[in-house]
Amino acid sequence: MDTKKLICICCPIGCELQVNKTENGVEVTGNKCPRGKKYALSEIEAPKRYVTSTVKIEGWMYPVISVKTKEPIPKENIFEVMNVLSDVTIKAPVHVGEIVVKNILNLGVDIIATRNTD
Amino acid sequence: MKSSYECVVIGGGPAGMAAAVAAKRNGIKDILIIEREKVLGGILNQCIHNGFGVHHFKEELTGPEYSSRMIDLVRAENIESLLDCMVLSVDTKDRTVHAISPEHGYLQIKAKAIVLAMGCRERTRGAIRIYGSRPSGVFTAGTAQRLMNIDGYMPGKKVVILGSGDIGLVMARRLTLEGAKVEMVVELMPYSNGLPRNTVECLYDYNIPLLLSHTVVQIHGKERVTGVTIAKVDENGRPIKETERFVDCDTLLLSVGLIPENEISRGAGVQLDPMTQGAIVGESYQTNVEGIFSCGNVLHVHDVVDFVTEESSVCGEGVARYIAKNLQNEITHKLTPGEGIRSIVPQTINLNNLNEKVKLYMRVKEISEKRAVVASIGDQIIAKKRDIKFLPAQTVTLELKKKDLLTAAGNEVVISVQ
Ligand code: SF4
Repeated sequence: MDTKKLICICCPIGCELQVNKTENGVEVTGNKCPRGKKYALSEIEAPKRYVTSTVKIEGWMYPVISVKTKEPIPKENIFEVMNVLSDVTIKAPVHVGEIVVKNILNLGVDIIATRNTD
Repeated sequence: MKSSYECVVIGGGPAGMAAAVAAKRNGIKDILIIEREKVLGGILNQCIHNGFGVHHFKEELTGPEYSSRMIDLVRAENIESLLDCMVLSVDTKDRTVHAISPEHGYLQIKAKAIVLAMGCRERTRGAIRIYGSRPSGVFTAGTAQRLMNIDGYMPGKKVVILGSGDIGLVMARRLTLEGAKVEMVVELMPYSNGLPRNTVECLYDYNIPLLLSHTVVQIHGKERVTGVTIAKVDENGRPIKETERFVDCDTLLLSVGLIPENEISRGAGVQLDPMTQGAIVGESYQTNVEGIFSCGNVLHVHDVVDFVTEESSVCGEGVARYIAKNLQNEITHKLTPGEGIRSIVPQTINLNNLNEKVKLYMRVKEISEKRAVVASIGDQIIAKKRDIKFLPAQTVTLELKKKDLLTAAGNEVVISVQ
């Protein structure tokens, strides 16, 4: 049996959840409402996160500009994505929503700019 | 640029921009925003993580995306801004703003109304008096955030963070993603000061330990930080000598609270509230000094930028009323914090200035579950809001209706947690 502890982030109460993986499926305890169970299941099966970071930029008043993954990506790919971004340099002008890296690591998600240079 | 405006807004962050846009939309044509940075946007520009705008824009934005939208609104309304310009003081006698900029030199700008929207700054090492040597490598979390996200520098490699406020938590993740090792986050209180979501997604995701009821008692190092001594604290927050231990690190980040930046307000004779450390304001965000308004983090420190936008829009409407000579000065109702409430903004009301209702932004003193925030005049309850949990780190809002204020006998509204 596999036990994992989580904190539900769906509301400020922050219930401490326990997830037990048994042969009969997954069992969630500690949640004060059904949302906690739903959260725990998605966290166990396929946790995803937005990644927000910066890339280097030329021709602007600052040396870096903020970017993000357009959609959440699998948690396990976060550091690989960061590695790719550390080698990216773009040129001004750039606008919010413009693609900085298309389909990063073939995850089906683009990296987009989150700031305007003008 | 001219030498006189109907309205001058000091500070081009979300508060200043929202106030200017609202004033413009309510008929004020002649507005100038003065900003000390080279761009509008304020602190949002360096908050590159997401989670902003859920209430106001109904989607999850990063800080720079939020500020870009506000800047677009300012441009669409054709509001003038003066960047890279530092306001030195406000003279209330002739309502003049004194400022200085590399481009224009020393400036005196007259205004019918002035909005103070200068934001807040972080408490520093000096403010919390940590013992030890004075090496480099001690930063406030926001300074480290600016260095990384705007200027492209890494502040350090092996980091201890003191304080579990949201900026500290967000920086723990940011530093980890960029290759630093965050040894731990140390929090004086027995509970985390950040949102559960940040505790999970910034600390747990990266296995960064959170040490509650702990503090940093000494900073070591000559040129650069070489480590810190941490200790457990007792119920009164005093370090317990026997629990002291050394933690090897080259950087200490402080995320130990924010203070409204009110030097200009004080100089202008604006009365401050000791609880919020910001101005005492009425329902339209007018201060005690005629023609001077205040909104955003300089008024009280916010947890959610959407509340800044909302309150600053009300402030902008107030400015428009004032310039149109439709704003009444007298106070009809006072708001008083009762049991369990630390602060309330606004602090006073003039009923005649209200359309239908007034929204209050409050902080509670301590964590409580399944309680209600109750507003009463005498023994009559005029508003009530239940919640499953109240946290000191989170704003509680409550709306009072004009008709309820009108009918209740008395003019002191007491708000308490029951
Ligand atoms: S389980 Fe329900 S009550 Fe508990 S934190 Fe999650 S959403 Fe809130």
